[in-house]
Amino acid sequence: MKVPLSWLRGYVDIDIDVDELAHRLTMAGNEVDSVKRFRHIENVVVGEVLNVAPHPNADRLRLVHVDDGEGVHEVVCGAPNVAKGQKIAYASIGAELFDAYSEEQGKTRRLRRSKIRGVESSGMVCSEKELGIGENHDGILVLPENSCIGTPIGDVIGDAVLDIELTPNRPDCLGVVGVARDVAALTGKTLRMPSLNYPTTGPDVDTLAKVSVADSDLSPRYVGAVIRRVHIGPSPPWLQERLNAIGERPINNVVDATNFVMFELGQPLHAFDYDKVTDHHVIVRRAVEGEVLTTLDGVDRKLDSESLLIADPGGGIGLAGIMGGENSEITETTVNIFLESANFNPQNNRRTAGLLGMRSEATLRFEKGLRAGLAEVGIKRCLRIIQEVAGGEIAPGLIDAWPGKGSEQEYVDLTNDHIVRVMGVEYPVQQIETTLKSLGFEIESLPDGGPNGWRVTIPYWRPDIAIPEDLVEELARIIGYDDLPATGVAGRVPRWEPGATHLFRHRVVDALTAYGMHQTFTYAAISDELEDKAPPPARRSSNDRASEGVKLENPVSGHHATLRRSLRAPTLESAARNTRTWRGPVALFETGLVFETDPDPNAPLPRQSEQLTGVLTGPRGDTLWDRVDNDFDFYDAKGAIEQVLETLGVDAKFIPLEDTTYAQGKAAEVVTADRKGTPIGTVGIVDTAVWERFEAESPGAVMFELDMEALRVIVGDKTRADSYTPYPRYPGSQRDLALVADSSVRVGDALQICQQNRLVKSASVFDVYEGGGVDEGQKSIGIRVIYQSDTRTLTSEQIARAEEQIVRRLEHELGVSLRS
Amino acid sequence: MPEASPASTQELERAALDSLAAAKSESEIEEWRIEYLGRRGVLSTRLRSVGTLPPEARREAGADLNRLKNRLSNAFDEAAQHVSESKREFAPGDAIDITLPGRRSNLGGLHPSEMMMREILDVFNDMGFQTVEGPIVELEKYNFDMLNVPADHPARDLQDTLWIDRNSDDPVLLRTQTSPMQIRTMEKQKPPVRIVSPGLCFRHEATDATHEWQFHQIEGLAVDEGVTMADLKGTLYEFARRIFGTQRKIRFRCDYFPFVEPGVDVSVDWDGRWVEIMGAGMVHPKVLEGVGYDSAKYTGFAFGMGPERIAMLRYNIEDIRHFFSNDLRFLSQF
Repeated sequence: MKVPLSWLRGYVDIDIDVDELAHRLTMAGNEVDSVKRFRHIENVVVGEVLNVAPHPNADRLRLVHVDDGEGVHEVVCGAPNVAKGQKIAYASIGAELFDAYSEEQGKTRRLRRSKIRGVESSGMVCSEKELGIGENHDGILVLPENSCIGTPIGDVIGDAVLDIELTPNRPDCLGVVGVARDVAALTGKTLRMPSLNYPTTGPDVDTLAKVSVADSDLSPRYVGAVIRRVHIGPSPPWLQERLNAIGERPINNVVDATNFVMFELGQPLHAFDYDKVTDHHVIVRRAVEGEVLTTLDGVDRKLDSESLLIADPGGGIGLAGIMGGENSEITETTVNIFLESANFNPQNNRRTAGLLGMRSEATLRFEKGLRAGLAEVGIKRCLRIIQEVAGGEIAPGLIDAWPGKGSEQEYVDLTNDHIVRVMGVEYPVQQIETTLKSLGFEIESLPDGGPNGWRVTIPYWRPDIAIPEDLVEELARIIGYDDLPATGVAGRVPRWEPGATHLFRHRVVDALTAYGMHQTFTYAAISDELEDKAPPPARRSSNDRASEGVKLENPVSGHHATLRRSLRAPTLESAARNTRTWRGPVALFETGLVFETDPDPNAPLPRQSEQLTGVLTGPRGDTLWDRVDNDFDFYDAKGAIEQVLETLGVDAKFIPLEDTTYAQGKAAEVVTADRKGTPIGTVGIVDTAVWERFEAESPGAVMFELDMEALRVIVGDKTRADSYTPYPRYPGSQRDLALVADSSVRVGDALQICQQNRLVKSASVFDVYEGGGVDEGQKSIGIRVIYQSDTRTLTSEQIARAEEQIVRRLEHELGVSLRS
Repeated sequence: MPEASPASTQELERAALDSLAAAKSESEIEEWRIEYLGRRGVLSTRLRSVGTLPPEARREAGADLNRLKNRLSNAFDEAAQHVSESKREFAPGDAIDITLPGRRSNLGGLHPSEMMMREILDVFNDMGFQTVEGPIVELEKYNFDMLNVPADHPARDLQDTLWIDRNSDDPVLLRTQTSPMQIRTMEKQKPPVRIVSPGLCFRHEATDATHEWQFHQIEGLAVDEGVTMADLKGTLYEFARRIFGTQRKIRFRCDYFPFVEPGVDVSVDWDGRWVEIMGAGMVHPKVLEGVGYDSAKYTGFAFGMGPERIAMLRYNIEDIRHFFSNDLRFLSQF
């Protein structure tokens, strides 16, 4: 809402500067987005002419002494009308003034120090034209006598327009008077309400027109008036200026008057050509499905049966509260007017306007829900203005179709206790009453007595006031929050509830960042094209329907049209993008929700489950002086998973997996080590063709996934260790096994055999080698075994026996033998 | 006692210092110490012989020798320290270069949004607010209707919605705010309620340096008997002190959010200006009644803030789009 200061001043005195005004309005809830100043010229202030003397070298010029509040300046002036004692616009050196001699419109030039006919002129006394406020350049502009010396000229001849970003609850401030009312309350001034009086002549309005409201649910109040013998023509300058200042185009005096009142009081009005309304009978009804109305912008509007129509017996003449019809428009030939000021149902008005894509200024107001009382005030004000700018005879009385009169809430009871209950602070009674009155609320004591309560009448301009809290806000916003004490929440602390998802997530995320990976967040909605680059795994269970992506009805763009079903493609894309700009290791993961349609058609929401995906690509570490760095490989991804699982205390197995995102034979499914073998993730080398789709600059990538939902169920509230186990007090012995195996033997199987021996505390692989010194098709494996007992120190015989058992099993089960 | 006139103290000092300078190793220095400063060393012997001097000369000779002893002791300390230092630097065999970079594991890191959220949530957790999470594909009724934003309400213009299924009986959308968690929590739980709820939110918005269509939000809610606006101010004041520094101030200004009344906009002082960081207010009685709370008995406050915006302020990040770009040049700085 644009509010010119000059317009605002019509209703309230303003003696604070515009920035301070903007600040106070903002703090009180009417956020001033910007202040646009007009005719503010730097270095031009109000000056007083102290004396006028002849110029020594020129007859037409004179030397003028000007006091600008800071000092006295000698100025050479050619204007014939300059005289001692005048208040004038004094421009000092550096002022940017309009060039009075240029043909070019709006050209300016900077005022420089100069000698005119041998006398130096320190500044200038300005004409209207030089200030850009008119064409007159025959003499200087003489300012009102009460202008204050030193005031910036903009404050005298200029204006400022406040652009207020209104909240939807304050349609009253969609009228300048509403803003003025807030200004009055915020600055301790009194509001000057514009006049609603006008003379009437001729027959009563009831004899001239008739209104039938068929659908009063959508039109709670409909006020009509008739004004005859108007003279349609352009509006007077004052009215045109008002509209121009807020960016509205003047049309003709009658239409301008309705617009003016809408912007003044917030009540939309519409003027019909009385003689084009069949039988002078206005009917307010729902449109018939498919009924067409040509609105005054010339567009045929096809209406549905919920659209509210203003009609006459012959058909539609206007779209209620949105736009008038072309057939009843005010034209140059219009003589008599039927004026409408109604109250329409906000939801219906907003619905219809939205459906037709017609967010007019009228809709902007009606959709917020106006009080029925405003319609009457609006029409009275408008009749007065029409008569002022277009003449005419106003028929006595108003047609007022208001079947629900008296059904609107009329008052709100407010108690001091309630204020304290909400705010936590007690305002003095005097301050409460003064503040409410300053906003125009009528207050009286509560009927059941007590000094600490008020019955507050809801004024016709405040549809947002309905409950005591609304009045508490009125008090708080005018009194301000700065003095509100800051206290802590007292009372009971709620009981802690277990099962917080974020704490589990923190454990996983922290394990991965400690592993050297960076957490990422990608967009939850992606394109099908992106997802297809690395599709989510097909469901294995046959009773689960193939999952379907959840589509957005109105995506911001095609790149974000479907909710992701997995984090694969987004994470691979993030990693690939980084390979093009980042030289070090690229190790990223994301944990977040993935989505799919619920196979149960009665489920209210799609399935939303948390998944984690990690991708590692590029060099394993930053370049270092003594380290040859290989690229990340399968075992880095597997290590990441192992690190997470160890943190959580989950034992897992890795079993072969076929999945099109991974290279064939180079991926594993991660399942719990228990008998259930619950799937909890995948890990593998990303298929080369898949990786190439992401246009990475690294040759390959490895990826892993963890099913966060499954893991959370498995882990529950468990910590890594269920309980402390006393560590063995007897020393362990370390023995290395040098083994030779067929290349196809899986080292993990050999390791497992070692670990299964009851005297073995732990076993680890310290070497795997194929090549020179080892027969073709064979590999050598080094396993380090720690033998240790909790109950005794093992003898070398016991260890030898255990080792023998292990070697036998290795030979028997895997064909692995000791290296000779 | 030998009568042979010993060297003067000056000569003795010169000889001692020369021989100390020649000592290169710790053992040579130790030998020197024993020779000159030991219990049977040169100085002790000399000092003992002072008693043989005529009484009038004793006092001066004794003082002279004691001063020398002090000087030699200092010289010894210095030499010993010097030798042990050079040993560290020049120990043969395993020389190190302390300027060569050490071996480190890769430094991973939390996403700045997560970091910010954890920090903020910690503040409220400490004040008894429990963290809860909920769905991001949400029912319209939780995101709007039950928050006092019925269909065709102009307040819906404040948040442009991304719809999943608008025409269903129970329409589905991407939540535009974390506020639906207020409703979900209150439906499950009786007062006292004190929660914070972080998560992703979405709006149908054109993206630029200060707008993203996807962003995180943190919602807060406290409902009980006697919860007031002053409590909200105190709670947020504590938040500002911990997140922005103990000298920070906060400011409330009137604002409108349909699910609170009164509603405020909260600003924090930042480099001499007020920066808006969140919306807040007293829970609207209609919202309380909608979940079956007695609004005559209970009051509550709610607040919502964007961790990305707060991180931008705190780390001087100029463009919100960095947060979802996942560029290591950005991520690795946090």
